[in-house]
Amino acid sequence: MNLSQTILGVTFKNPTVLASGIWGITSSSWKQVAANGAGAVTTKSLWLKEHKGHPNPTVISNEHWTLNAVGVPDAGVEKAREEIAIYNKDKPVPLIANVIADTVENFAKTARAIGELDPDFIEINISCPNVEHEFGKPFACSAPDAAAVTKEVKTVCGKIPVFIKLSPNAEDIKAVAIACAEAGADGFTVINTVGPGMAIDLRSRMPILANKVGGLSGPGLKPIAVRCIADVYSATDGKLPIIGTGGVHTGEDAIEFLLAGASLIGIGTAIGTRGQDVFKKVCAEMSAWCEAEGVSELSELIGGMHRKMKN
Amino acid sequence: MNTQSQSRLPTTHRIVDIKQETDHVQTFTFNTSLGAKPGQFAMVWLPGVDEVPMSIAYDDGKQIRITFFAVGDMTKKLAKSAVGDLVGLRGAFGSNYEWEKGQKLALLAGGYGAAPMYFAAHEAIKDGCDVHVFVGARSKEHLLYLDELSSLKNVTLHVATDDGSQGFKGFNVQDINKVIKGGEKFDQLFACGPERMLVAVSQLSCDHQVPSQLSLERYMKCGYGLCGNCVVDPLGIRLCIDGPVVHNDVCVKITEFGKYHRDGVGRKIAF
Repeated sequence: MNLSQTILGVTFKNPTVLASGIWGITSSSWKQVAANGAGAVTTKSLWLKEHKGHPNPTVISNEHWTLNAVGVPDAGVEKAREEIAIYNKDKPVPLIANVIADTVENFAKTARAIGELDPDFIEINISCPNVEHEFGKPFACSAPDAAAVTKEVKTVCGKIPVFIKLSPNAEDIKAVAIACAEAGADGFTVINTVGPGMAIDLRSRMPILANKVGGLSGPGLKPIAVRCIADVYSATDGKLPIIGTGGVHTGEDAIEFLLAGASLIGIGTAIGTRGQDVFKKVCAEMSAWCEAEGVSELSELIGGMHRKMKN
Repeated sequence: MNTQSQSRLPTTHRIVDIKQETDHVQTFTFNTSLGAKPGQFAMVWLPGVDEVPMSIAYDDGKQIRITFFAVGDMTKKLAKSAVGDLVGLRGAFGSNYEWEKGQKLALLAGGYGAAPMYFAAHEAIKDGCDVHVFVGARSKEHLLYLDELSSLKNVTLHVATDDGSQGFKGFNVQDINKVIKGGEKFDQLFACGPERMLVAVSQLSCDHQVPSQLSLERYMKCGYGLCGNCVVDPLGIRLCIDGPVVHNDVCVKITEFGKYHRDGVGRKIAF
């Protein structure tokens, strides 16, 4: 089964993508993920200047969920320049640079600086749920705010496609997607983590995460992600590519995302349960499913639910 | 999906015993187990403060011990704890020291690396190993676990201090080098201590063609392979999964070994 496709001029050997926030700090990480079968890798969120994260505990899990409030730590654009340059020397798979900032103006400044490093796509993180105490409600919760970021970022990124990472917490994710599309977005990443959620240690009666709350991920997230992908796909008439992210652990999860409208599949938390070769495993499972079902091209599946419902 | 034997959520436990090892080093005991093997680490959480990785000093399935040096903000606060106070533990994470029955092992411990080495010696002698432990410290006030190590059968203790205040004057790696040159043969070397000591052990391992396993310390956040903070250049392996105990044939391929590590924002920090 050929799992490759070309999206906005970039060829992906398969649809699995390392989601932002998992691994992704260094060139060595990205290459290791590529060696484990990922079709593309996404950097951790990149800031213009150093941004400290939260103290530990920052990432905790049980069999049902993972909560994280790492707090988007990054050393700033100089480190990104060094690491992306090393990666691009013998790039095994496309690189998606995830960009974060605190204001519309700084999103543009950061995207310009990161765009100069020649990533394949730029992904704009306007939806992180665990820095709200610093920056207020994410821009992704408001259509005008999300559009304002998109418009400014698009003016500085040249030919590099810009993906806007949306939040499941938006009151109307369709309205946010439409506003971003009208402002020039080239695609979407759907969704960021859900929540935030909280976990309490019983004996100490204290919240476990140092930040008290954190974004929820893991397999239970998948139905929310599927609904959001389907909403964004239908709101934009399937014209803009979607990186579907949230709870994917198996090839069948990935197929479901494709049917909802995703073209690429973000995988993150599943590394913790299925191992670093989860990318290879998901691709093998996708191929096996497609072969059993007589599907020969991914394009038959992408947005398949929407086409079926029209018939 | 695979299931994990380790706990990825911290649970708080009451400290049942505190031993003041040296001026700045204490050992806490808890009535719980993480099923840890020698060389593995736990994330140790002081609620409301921070959580840090620590080598597990002992785990017999009923009790667990941690030995720590009060050096940073969290450990200085942890050092003020009393018996009965709550501390969170999660793990056990990472790789462990591996040996075969009846092997002759040399364990090199620098500073508070003596704690996990005591655990390794304690378990290895159950497999009939002949264990030599080379404990090193700046001076005799900083030596750890000498009484515990001396109490073990089939363990030969070698002590080295930088200032010569007890035992061999110099580094423990110089001491073992002398012992090997004197004709002792070891099947494996295990080491836990400062990275410059590990570099010396790695070199010794190459020079004498003796396999070694080294415990590397990197900034840990999640402890189970998600956050990526402990990934080393250029291999891209996560030291919370493929470490902290790394075989020297892998270690020599880690170009940052002995040169730099990364802080909480991923910036390179030279040793």
